[in-house]
Amino acid sequence: MIEITEVSSPFCGIGTDDLTIKVDGLSLKVIENGCAVNTPAFEQPITDTSARVDGKEVSLEIAITKAAELLRDTKLPVIGGCATDVNGMRCLLALADRCGAVVDNMNFTGARNNFLALQDSGWMNTTLAEVKNRCDLLLVVGTDLEAFAPRFFERYVWNKEAMFVEDTSQRSVIYLGKAPSGQASTSPNGQKAQVLECATDDLPEVLAVLRALVKGSQIRATSVCGLAVADLQMLADQLKAAKYGVVTWAAGALAFAHAELTVQKLSEMIKDINDLNTRCSGLPLAGKEGDQTANQVCGWTTGYPARTRFSRGYPEYDPFLNETSVLLASGEADALVWVQAFNVNAVPPETTLPTIVVGRSGMTFAKEPTVFIPVGTPGIDHAGHAFRMDNVVAIRLKKLRDSGLPSTAEVLNTIEQALQVK
Amino acid sequence: MLIKLTGCTVYDPASGVDGKLQDIYIRDGRIVAKPTEAVVDKEYDLKGKVVMSGAIDMHTHIGGGKGNIARTLLPEDHRQDPVHRSDITRSGCGHAMPSTFVTGYRYAEMGYTAGFEPAMLPVNARQAHMEMADIPILDKGGYVMLGSDDYLLRMLTAKKDQKAINDYVAWTMHSAKAIGVKVVNPGGINAFKFNQRKLDLDEQNCYYGVTPRDILQVLATAVKEIGVTHPLHVHGCNLGVPGNVQTTLDTIQGIGGLPMHLTHIQFHSYGTEGDFKFSSGAAQIAEAINKNKNITIDVGQILFGQTVTASGDNMRQHANHKFASPNKWVTMDIECDAGCGVVPFKYKDKNFVNALQWAIGLETFLLVDDPWRIFLTTDHPNGAPFTSYPHLIRLLMDRSFRNEVLSTIHPEAQKMTTLASIEREYTLQEIAIMTRAGAAKLIGLKDRGGLSAGNWADITVYTDNNDRQKMFEKPDYVFKDGQLVVVDGKVVSTKWGTTHVVRPDFDPSVEKGLKDYFDRYMTMKLGNFKISNDEITEDGRGSISVHPLKGDVA
Repeated sequence: MIEITEVSSPFCGIGTDDLTIKVDGLSLKVIENGCAVNTPAFEQPITDTSARVDGKEVSLEIAITKAAELLRDTKLPVIGGCATDVNGMRCLLALADRCGAVVDNMNFTGARNNFLALQDSGWMNTTLAEVKNRCDLLLVVGTDLEAFAPRFFERYVWNKEAMFVEDTSQRSVIYLGKAPSGQASTSPNGQKAQVLECATDDLPEVLAVLRALVKGSQIRATSVCGLAVADLQMLADQLKAAKYGVVTWAAGALAFAHAELTVQKLSEMIKDINDLNTRCSGLPLAGKEGDQTANQVCGWTTGYPARTRFSRGYPEYDPFLNETSVLLASGEADALVWVQAFNVNAVPPETTLPTIVVGRSGMTFAKEPTVFIPVGTPGIDHAGHAFRMDNVVAIRLKKLRDSGLPSTAEVLNTIEQALQVK
Repeated sequence: MLIKLTGCTVYDPASGVDGKLQDIYIRDGRIVAKPTEAVVDKEYDLKGKVVMSGAIDMHTHIGGGKGNIARTLLPEDHRQDPVHRSDITRSGCGHAMPSTFVTGYRYAEMGYTAGFEPAMLPVNARQAHMEMADIPILDKGGYVMLGSDDYLLRMLTAKKDQKAINDYVAWTMHSAKAIGVKVVNPGGINAFKFNQRKLDLDEQNCYYGVTPRDILQVLATAVKEIGVTHPLHVHGCNLGVPGNVQTTLDTIQGIGGLPMHLTHIQFHSYGTEGDFKFSSGAAQIAEAINKNKNITIDVGQILFGQTVTASGDNMRQHANHKFASPNKWVTMDIECDAGCGVVPFKYKDKNFVNALQWAIGLETFLLVDDPWRIFLTTDHPNGAPFTSYPHLIRLLMDRSFRNEVLSTIHPEAQKMTTLASIEREYTLQEIAIMTRAGAAKLIGLKDRGGLSAGNWADITVYTDNNDRQKMFEKPDYVFKDGQLVVVDGKVVSTKWGTTHVVRPDFDPSVEKGLKDYFDRYMTMKLGNFKISNDEITEDGRGSISVHPLKGDVA
């Protein structure tokens, strides 16, 4: 039995790297700095150690041969999930390039709200250490932040010391849209977050008014979607008065049509504030289970985020047409590869197509896939790298135990090699 | 396996060879002296061919977060230049900010065998190395960025001595796996976080009270004292601001004879004369360079067309966002470490400012006497994508071509440049110095950038052609570590290059202060921040090459 300290997590997206984990053979126990997201993800037991073809246990070699066979004559295989580490994504993209597949990260439909805004007008963003040391006002838009990342406030808002904020407990925390589900946003001295509550799909209208107010436009209406314009005016004034305001949102939580316009509105509002003689930055929340990793690696390998097809011999990005569910529904796809090394509950979508699952040990299926290859989890069973929510920081993932499970990279690379042999 | 390249016309400034007829022998990846009895396994008849060592781009943004933001920002640019996969090469995209694989192929196809990322943030170094690990064929390395990091500024405010700063700089180079140190808008990226929008050489950071001049002084001293060959790599204050020629001259004067490399100096050579209050400061800059032997520069030439600017200088990039074309842009404050700004640009020959920028870069090339102290760059992708180098070489080597292009740019810009009267044409040997021997010497690369026995066999073979653009865009052969990787300007095989680093000594007790700082203020544990050797080598493709420090016995 050993205790491993300073363990970093690929699960929560905010780059916690102070976990202490007790390793007893194959079983893990988070004994320090766990949370509702990380603890179960680390402690998930290994159940499957053997690959299966058509539900029958087979050797890894046979499963890989079968997978290659299934992919060999496909016209448009879809590689979904895309939830793994940097090396896993490298091999996934090499395989996709070789067999003309579509690559689609399972969280892309949420992330698309950000990408469309970024690719249309850009943004001014910041990262977690800047938040921790500089932020004097945090505006949380449409997102239950503590449910998303339980330790966000503890680590980055109510930190004891900050280089440029004298008393962190005096920081303003304001929610717009969804109210917080717990008390994490309440400051150590008991100050509760200010909440301007409205329905999530009213955010476009509310934010349009907020941006107008930031720009100094007159609004005749006295209320918008149940919120008093005077309260929004106060928020606009707070944003302009803050020295280093930070606006955060989870793109996936903005679950309404054309939420990219809302992200754009927010991002343009942030730019406006920076032209009003102060600083303000965006902080998009993401980074769970390899979503940021998938987009980063696909970004440098192809130029595009992880919803890209290789079917014409070169990468083509389309944030709508390359969606897994669209390709399954239209009948265009002729095989599904599902790669998910982090989360046993993130199972492939239902399909009648031949399906290869390269998944975390412990996954259970309503319908047994043609091939199932259990793989190790990056940061538990093998070392690796993952990108944090703020994109610029790649965290080093440690190997915690010797499970003998292969990595995603090893499995996908071997399938790709098998495809080279005609 | 012994390879013989027979009858080469060799341009090897590292050995003082200028157009001499020679045979070159290659064994086990290296150039060897003529063996006495061995059998030649493979011979290439290179009679009449121009042979140089593989070219080295000493300043090119090929790895790290801002480049990937630039990629993500510009899908429409990639769609103009899709790159198909082949049996031996991966698919990807080209033009302004190519995908990693295409970066490697296209550099190699122009005869380049190494590229150095000049703006590697300590906290983003991991990403920079991972991206560069996916660039095939090329060797690579990075200059780690300091100067706006709160740790250094706190040290300066606390009046820590030079020894302590040296230890921190050396530790950072180890941690980030760097071969040089860069400073970008010294202290300015930090000042922007405190809402300062400009920072002159002697202007104080409003929180720390430290000036850019102070930062340049301690960092240039540190780099020298810890024995790093590559001088402090400086992206100065006031990038792009009319009148910044004076800032640049003051920066040269202020460094007091310490070794210093001023990068993309074209963007820092602007006067305020003329009807448009924008003029060339190239002559003054060149005069200062010629006089001050401690200074080296690269040009950061702009060439006309669409590109994207990606810089650590978020202060200046924010100020320049109004010129974004297409109109979208990104800035980031990063981890109490640095920042970045990404702004797409379209340089137009009929735009007065852009036309004069073009002329200023060329004036600089042509007015600086010593090719060992000036380097050929476009600051890829900021002035233009690296794929425009053959065109740039023709502009330097062919006066009539240069004047032809000059006659087509904005007429007022033509009046504001002395370019038409400059007769100089670069020679092949001078090009070889700028892009090979000089670059290797400046970075401190052992066994690269030369063709004498003992060097790694990075070799480029060209067919002489009066059209220098045609000549340099399509080498006959390129060898990387002795492996034939390009024939007739096309990749025929691929391999993985190495990562070049230096490892200056530091007092291990430096980590005491750092650990305390990381525990209190950072978002990562110190142990998780440091990049291990395994991270470069564990995938079986990467390797690390450690180069000597100054004063090391070779």
